[in-house]
Amino acid sequence: MPDGLIRRAVRAGRRLMACAAFAALGPAWGGVALPFDVVEAAPGLFVHTGRHEETSQANRGDIANVGFIVGERCVAVIDTGGSLAIGQALAAAVRRATDRPVCYVINTHMHPDHVFGNAAFAGGAARFVGAASLPEALAARAAHYEAGLAEALGDAAAGSRIVAPDLLVDDRLRLDLGGRALVLQRWPTAHTNNDLTVFDEASGTLWLGDLLFDERIPSVDGSIKGWIAVGARLREQAVSRVIPGHGRIAPPWPAALDAQSRYLQQVAASVRAALAAGKTLRETVDAANPADADGWLLADAYHRRNVTAAYAELEWE
Amino acid sequence: MRHLLQWLLACCVAGSGAVFAAPDDAEANAVWRQLRTGLFGERAIAAADADTLVLEAPARAEDAAIVPIAVRSRLDPTAARRVQTVWLIVDGNPSPVAATLHFGPASGRADVETRLRIEQYGFVRAIAELDDGSLHMATRFVKASGGCSAPAGKDPAAAAANLGRMRLKVEDMGGALRRAQLMISHPNTSGLAMDQLTRLYPKPHFVRQVTVRYRGQPVLVAEVDFSISENPSFRFLFRGDGEGELEAVVVDTEDRTFQTRVPVAARADGG
Ligand SMILES: [Zn+2]
Repeated sequence: MPDGLIRRAVRAGRRLMACAAFAALGPAWGGVALPFDVVEAAPGLFVHTGRHEETSQANRGDIANVGFIVGERCVAVIDTGGSLAIGQALAAAVRRATDRPVCYVINTHMHPDHVFGNAAFAGGAARFVGAASLPEALAARAAHYEAGLAEALGDAAAGSRIVAPDLLVDDRLRLDLGGRALVLQRWPTAHTNNDLTVFDEASGTLWLGDLLFDERIPSVDGSIKGWIAVGARLREQAVSRVIPGHGRIAPPWPAALDAQSRYLQQVAASVRAALAAGKTLRETVDAANPADADGWLLADAYHRRNVTAAYAELEWE
Repeated sequence: MRHLLQWLLACCVAGSGAVFAAPDDAEANAVWRQLRTGLFGERAIAAADADTLVLEAPARAEDAAIVPIAVRSRLDPTAARRVQTVWLIVDGNPSPVAATLHFGPASGRADVETRLRIEQYGFVRAIAELDDGSLHMATRFVKASGGCSAPAGKDPAAAAANLGRMRLKVEDMGGALRRAQLMISHPNTSGLAMDQLTRLYPKPHFVRQVTVRYRGQPVLVAEVDFSISENPSFRFLFRGDGEGELEAVVVDTEDRTFQTRVPVAARADGG
């Protein structure tokens, strides 16, 4: 088939798909009350804990940890949840906690469960902040992510959209919330190629995003070798508490990180052993057992995929 | 044009959660019926028996962007019936013909493993053409989706830096046949993931031809496209009598050519 035709067909198909999703819209979802709790993990630092589930109509993409930090002048939101509805619930939680405006919306990385609530904060004065590699990563995936969300949420996906960052972090960036400074650090490719952490100097809290998974199985969408290496550097950070992208608020540190690193190292070791034995990708993935991901939630859905990603990366060693 | 519309329709129905073609409905698939006419006209296509052609694919893919598949024939290349060409087709992909594999005299048996991107639930099929002109098809239904429109790479900067790196490894299997694996570092981008900043589809950039020779004799000539995963990998058999050199030449859609070669030692048994 000629390429031009194919691309036109794909584009038209996407448009039709989007139309179908929106045409079916019934009453707005805004009227449905969401159970959406935030916990003040440190003074002025609020966290909402996402569920350990796949995105569904029932949870509306409320599967990642999101939150906000309140300064004397304004508020920084950190990640926005997996749909507009979750972003709106988070915005309401901000308003309950303070009357100061949101001046920054920080995305720790590109994944849908962390960014699809951005639209709830768009159109105002807030700047959207992300790693310098985030815009390109989002641009390449937006259509794919939006189609996936429409499939998972149906009507409840309406209004959720990718909002790209307009303030980029090359390496390190200091944000002032008025008497409260946040230090944003970009990391080499690990969980993704656009991981960003947020350090709140006032409370000594390091917000790790998905550089740390607690309870829920880590998913490799960047580089398993890179993630292990970044983990070793994170371990050296002097912090009083951490917030993972998934799991408990302020899990034991560095024990939670060590558990994650053990899992990643175990996956890498098993894949290297398979490569050394001349095993193919198929043989290696078939031999991988989610039971090997001992104690991690959702291992059935992600362990073999992690092995696949690790194989594709490590076969080039 | 009709098959494009049908593909489009399938794509949209998929989005609304309707049922895909049932696994026992391989002949009925509209995309396939169009392709069949275009590629093979009215020629008869038999269901492949296990000696002629086997297609291996997982029932459910862990990652739609890297689905391991294999086509294998047990027909001895020195016998009267041998496989000349295998077409590898993914019904649900935007460009369904993923690969056309031509097996040369040095190929030993038609036996190739590679990895595919699979855009939606559907059939993968392999059609072998034998010396006698007969056609034989094997099909597998694969549950996978989003492999083509998903972004090509986890780390585009690293992919660009490594473009064109190659590996060619040979395994001694203790007989006249040897197995080799060719790996090519290449983003193999489909051009199907739209750039939201520019609202443009990036230009496709993928490996389009792979030629492998042993002692100058063709082993495998593969015409391929972006249905092959990022960093294309091909694992295949060749008849490695005596010592010689295995050579691979790869050409991409920008007409960049990459070459690699590896010396092959005589086997311990002197063959
Ligand atoms: Zn993530």
